[in-house]
Amino acid sequence: MAEAKPVKGPGRQLNFGPRPKLENPVGIFARIMKYVLKNYTVHCVIVLVCIFVGVFASVQGTMFTKDLIDVYIAPMIGAELPDYGPLLSAMARVAIFYAIGIISAYVHARIMVNVTQGTLRDLRNDMFTHMENLPIRYFDTHAHGDIMSMYTNDIDTLRQMVSQSVPQFINSAVTIVSVFISMLILSVPLTVLEIVMVIMIFMVSKKCMSMSGRYFVSQQKDLGAVNGFIEEMMDGQKVVKVFCHEQESMDRFNELNDKLFDSANNANKFANVMGPVNAQLGNLSYVICAVAGGLFAINGVGGFTTGALVSFLTFTRQFNMPINQISQQFNSVIMALAGADRIFKLLDEKPEVDEGYVTLVCASEENGTLVESDKKTGLWAWKHTHQATGETEYKRLTGDVVFDDVDFGYVPEKIVLHNIKMYATPGQKIAFVGSTGAGKTTITNLINRFYDIQDGKIRYDGININKIKKADLRHSLGVVLQETHLFTNTVKENIRYGKLDATDEEIYAAARLANADGFIRHLPQGYDTMLTGDGANLSQGQRQLIAIARAAIADPPVLILDEATSSIDTRTERLVQEGMDRLMSGRTTFVIAHRLSTVRNSDCIMVLEKGCIIERGTHDELIAAKGRYYQLYTGSAPEAYGA
Amino acid sequence: MLKTLASHIKEFKAPSILTPIAMVIEVIMEMVIPLMMASIIDDGIEVGNLDHVIQIGLFMVLAAVVGLSAGLLGGIFAAKASTGFARNLRKAMYENIQTFAFSNIDKFSTAGLVTRMTTDVTNIQNAYQMILRMCFRAPFSIIIAMFMAFFISPKLASIYLIAVIVLALFMVLLMAKTMKYFSQVFKKYDDLNASVKENVTAVRVVKAYVREDHEKEKFTKASGNIYKMFVKAESMLAFISPMMNVAVYCSILAISWFGAHLVVSTELTTGNLTSMLAYCMNILMNLMMLSMIFVMITMSIASAKRICEVLNEKADIVNPDDPVTSVRDGSIWFDHVYFAYNKEAKEYVLTDVNLRIKSGETIGIIGGTGSSKSSLVNLISRLYDVTEGEEGAGGTGAVYVGGVDVRDYDLETLRNEVSVVLQKNVLFSGSVLDNLRWGNKEATLEECRHACRLACADEFIEQMPEGYDTHIEQGGTNVSGGQKQRLCIARALLKKPKILILDDSTSAVDTATDAKIRKAFAEEIPGTTKLIIAQRISSVMNADRIIVLDNGRVNGFGTHEELLANNTIYRDVYETQTQGGGDFDENGGEL
Repeated sequence: MAEAKPVKGPGRQLNFGPRPKLENPVGIFARIMKYVLKNYTVHCVIVLVCIFVGVFASVQGTMFTKDLIDVYIAPMIGAELPDYGPLLSAMARVAIFYAIGIISAYVHARIMVNVTQGTLRDLRNDMFTHMENLPIRYFDTHAHGDIMSMYTNDIDTLRQMVSQSVPQFINSAVTIVSVFISMLILSVPLTVLEIVMVIMIFMVSKKCMSMSGRYFVSQQKDLGAVNGFIEEMMDGQKVVKVFCHEQESMDRFNELNDKLFDSANNANKFANVMGPVNAQLGNLSYVICAVAGGLFAINGVGGFTTGALVSFLTFTRQFNMPINQISQQFNSVIMALAGADRIFKLLDEKPEVDEGYVTLVCASEENGTLVESDKKTGLWAWKHTHQATGETEYKRLTGDVVFDDVDFGYVPEKIVLHNIKMYATPGQKIAFVGSTGAGKTTITNLINRFYDIQDGKIRYDGININKIKKADLRHSLGVVLQETHLFTNTVKENIRYGKLDATDEEIYAAARLANADGFIRHLPQGYDTMLTGDGANLSQGQRQLIAIARAAIADPPVLILDEATSSIDTRTERLVQEGMDRLMSGRTTFVIAHRLSTVRNSDCIMVLEKGCIIERGTHDELIAAKGRYYQLYTGSAPEAYGA
Repeated sequence: MLKTLASHIKEFKAPSILTPIAMVIEVIMEMVIPLMMASIIDDGIEVGNLDHVIQIGLFMVLAAVVGLSAGLLGGIFAAKASTGFARNLRKAMYENIQTFAFSNIDKFSTAGLVTRMTTDVTNIQNAYQMILRMCFRAPFSIIIAMFMAFFISPKLASIYLIAVIVLALFMVLLMAKTMKYFSQVFKKYDDLNASVKENVTAVRVVKAYVREDHEKEKFTKASGNIYKMFVKAESMLAFISPMMNVAVYCSILAISWFGAHLVVSTELTTGNLTSMLAYCMNILMNLMMLSMIFVMITMSIASAKRICEVLNEKADIVNPDDPVTSVRDGSIWFDHVYFAYNKEAKEYVLTDVNLRIKSGETIGIIGGTGSSKSSLVNLISRLYDVTEGEEGAGGTGAVYVGGVDVRDYDLETLRNEVSVVLQKNVLFSGSVLDNLRWGNKEATLEECRHACRLACADEFIEQMPEGYDTHIEQGGTNVSGGQKQRLCIARALLKKPKILILDDSTSAVDTATDAKIRKAFAEEIPGTTKLIIAQRISSVMNADRIIVLDNGRVNGFGTHEELLANNTIYRDVYETQTQGGGDFDENGGEL
């Protein structure tokens, strides 16, 4: 697909540090929450209740430690026969609270597992389903690595956010509010003091955060530079060796590496410092409250007791902790939002539109007219219900393709195919020749509507292909691409891909037709051999044979073939050639030809240059015309032809 | 493994040692504060001693300040040590990779090397930072807290001891179980992502066969399975938080009950009881922290292993001790050469190759895929070493260039004189000129132009908007295949080598240009020995002599006419290509 250059992505995304410029973080956050709540409203409500109960239980516990000293222990001190009864009953009461707290903590944690994993599963499924519906254009314009990173990095950061950050935020918020109320009850002046301290802590950590954030951004940039450099040099490592360029490449690397060290050091420094600063400022506020509270207690201001002070101090800790936690979660939330933003962009991508209504049905011929049939008759027909009249018409599928003045461009501003006019009657073989970038592949991509044309019309059996349902249109077209893609599965299943309900017998027959049967039977497990990594364990020629078998089993009336450029591996090439020839016989075939024999045997040859058909005709006609084709033909093997 | 890694920390020894010390000081300060608090309550508030409250309060402030400074320093040192460690690891790996021979490079995939130098290093950096900051801090603070607790009241402290032991046992059991689950899940998870990747790259196949729904169904099923496994694994982790609560609450209740008794019997003061409660939280929090570190270290071990693989890889080819630093001429002699990529392999890739090539000759090399054409030429510039054969297999095999065994040359000398245009060639991001000057750093613009003229690259370069200053994208994505190949040839020519090897380097160049390049070679650099590997018979048939390789053996060596007459393989190939199998339209993308 030399015509469609993928747009270069921003390179490898590393999953830490905030990324600059995140538009509308609140909106994204709201959307994530909406997504979570869509299927898990009840779960979330229960979790919320658990959080409240949990916080309530822990506040009760703290309140108990206050009463422990004042109410229960103090009176007993010095008593002859201390009565432990009240203490015991109080403990029993608080134990119940604790038990509730423990249960709610478990319920919370357990339900969150389902909520998080379920949401991620739904999200992954939605992403994949949506991705499958996207037009080819999307894959042309997005780096594959970037698409992949959404399924891995971005989903991972989201998991952290949904499972940890959000509940912790809520927990922290509830804790802060309830602790705040409790503190107010205990002592208003001390609470005011504590709030002042908290504001101070907050300001300091905000400062740290923005400093570290800034360095994280530059770390991200330097990291990108280092990664890019490594990727490029590792790819070209053999060239480096051949040109003895080791020292230069090392010097350049060290330069980038040192720069990264610098920014990474600073970014981590500020991030690290934030923890102790918060903690020690928390301690400081603890001390100040202790001293002030001590003064109140000694002077008995507002009935403030020692027990109250102890509780209050515990509250101070509980008050500082969530604030600390929130600031620590902040970075990961920003990262998750950035990831979610990318995921939502994928989900918002417009899917391939299909306004076609003409469908492909099995038919049988009765009294010279076509009738729709439920059975597999081997005879296919287009079912065309005219929109204006509501009449249904059946038209036999024959494989007649007409291009009528077609213009096309991958982007509307740049037309790459101009005024393409051509026709192929059933069973004809049409060959496209021309240099790389002349538009051969592009034309074939228009027939199966991988791309939609800008102007003109393409008719299939007399029907405008825009009216045919895409799925049915593509079912009627077989494609063998030059770049063979196989799936991780057995050989058998890979062939079956062309026809999901094919029997094993049909598979063997297709493989025999494609000339693939011989080598497949020699594989360690024959047809059940697992193919992995795009068929990495097979040779290019063998992969192509399987692809031919896959197309053969689908038995389409129209074929689009992209021949492989010649290789010198004569044995396999001959097999491929024979397989292709057998596949082509009796079908309308569009072939991007590289082999002289294919070209010569074609019914019509289209010579393409810069997106225009500049010559057309049979081999003999074109040779006689002494035009571009003649040049290509003779230039191709001048010595061999004595030219 | 640890030793390998440790040697790269040396430079940052000071911050690596200072960080834990600072962390320990921070912990001590944190621990002292509750103690002072107890004193404020007992000796200050209870007895109404305001001076004592203020005095101890000041000490507490001091402790907080000391703690803060220690925390700050710890953070700064940790950042420096860990990021510095990461830098050194990257640097060491990169430097070691530069010494790699081709055989070493083959062992690692590009993607593998990139991940090792990026993600894996980042993992190690984070883990190291965590270790420095927490590995001493957490156990130390548990110990101190325990110590303090025992100091205040051994009886009450034993409650903690029980709680800690129970909790620790529980954690270990839980972790062991979850780790097992998780490693299973992650494998499945990788599989799922692999299938996404497959769908992204093969999207045209999926769409052409209208298999979107089929793929969706497959994916949904797989992702449903993963959901189940994740839920299973994570529901184990769901026990952690309630278990922590159980431990904390039980401890509080126990301490309250027994503490109350002790206070009543005046064995314990109220203040001390408060402190005990504070330590309780502290110990359990740190225990939690330890379990997190444990997980993190386990995860980073895999990364460390992968990094060490690169660091410990020894280059297969190194410069000889007393190297020859000049190459006499461009003659090549393969003397009973055997070669296998893997020393343990039973079958040789090249078997008993004997060839004598005169300086200045043009040699064509032809043979099917897998007939070891590239392997043959790669031995000339010592990209690989000849395999020392076993007994009877001609263990004396060697490749001589200019009459000297290639293993005796200085590598740089040899590679500058034997210029290879690799089959899988790469251009680097930078200007056209930058790329050309890889061949010769000091090359003038005129010299570069000349080389490009020979390689037929001048025409298209001059048509580019900025000519020789045009920027080439990474991997040369903004030039066509044929243009890339011609640039690579020009780059190799700039070395002015005695031997020039083209390894299928004009496959994307149209036949006419291909012929023009060969003509230029013959006229302009007649003294250079030229080896041309090609798939097109037209590219080699005019060579002085042609080598026909088959399955690692020399099947024929002679002129076009000789081979046509005597060599079946050659005749076969010739006939297939001229009677219908030849390239038709691969004009390299420019007309």
